[in-house]
Amino acid sequence: MPPDIEAIAEQVFVALADPTRRGILAALASGGPATATDLADRLPITRQAIAKHLNLLADAGLVTAEPGERRRVRYRLRSAPMQVAQQFLAVLARDWDGRLDALTDHLGR
Amino acid sequence: MGFPDRIERTVEIAHPPAKVWAALTTAGGLGTWFGDKGATIDLRPGGTAQMTWTSGDQADMRIERVEEPRVFGFTWHIYGLPADDSRRTYVEFTLEPVGAGTRLTVVESGFAQLPDDAHRKAYDGNTEGWASELGDLVDYLNAA
Repeated sequence: MPPDIEAIAEQVFVALADPTRRGILAALASGGPATATDLADRLPITRQAIAKHLNLLADAGLVTAEPGERRRVRYRLRSAPMQVAQQFLAVLARDWDGRLDALTDHLGR
Repeated sequence: MGFPDRIERTVEIAHPPAKVWAALTTAGGLGTWFGDKGATIDLRPGGTAQMTWTSGDQADMRIERVEEPRVFGFTWHIYGLPADDSRRTYVEFTLEPVGAGTRLTVVESGFAQLPDDAHRKAYDGNTEGWASELGDLVDYLNAA
């Protein structure tokens, strides 16, 4: 297994474990790129706290900063790390125990 | 210890390989114990199969190995990834006769793939492309 795949997934899960960061990521996923001010208007968190979490998320590669209107920085969700994390969930969610039970039941009839 | 790239299970089934093979490789079999709303299958390497569920879910498989009645392998999409994602896992069933029954092993591998660079670039390019296309649309409407 490539060594960095776990590091990428870990950053996603660490980000998602915090309710504030979960709220920021959810807002970017549902509403598209936004500035720290936009997010502070939509979430019950101070602008300073939002900025701190956005910096952390940008360092982890989960969001990217891009120039927005009136020279304000906008943040955009990066989907690639989420798709790596999704593979970790996929291996846990694949229910071969249940499927093989179903096969055995099917053949038993 | 890393996160698993593969899942492996073995079960002993009290039916001969020919019967297990039919359950794994026919529309009647797959559409009953696996997909609960039916299945289609074109049983040859390179052929496709599809299973559907009453929940509305659907799985599309590409058949890779058909060595009756010993080995049946297919690839399918990793659940939860976008439909155009190139990553797929490989599922292989191996049937061994044991007395009057069958030892059935299933191995699913490929969970720990990284998106390839070409794909990642294409994907990132796409999202940027979408934003700039919306910008182009605004320019077009402004000019009209």
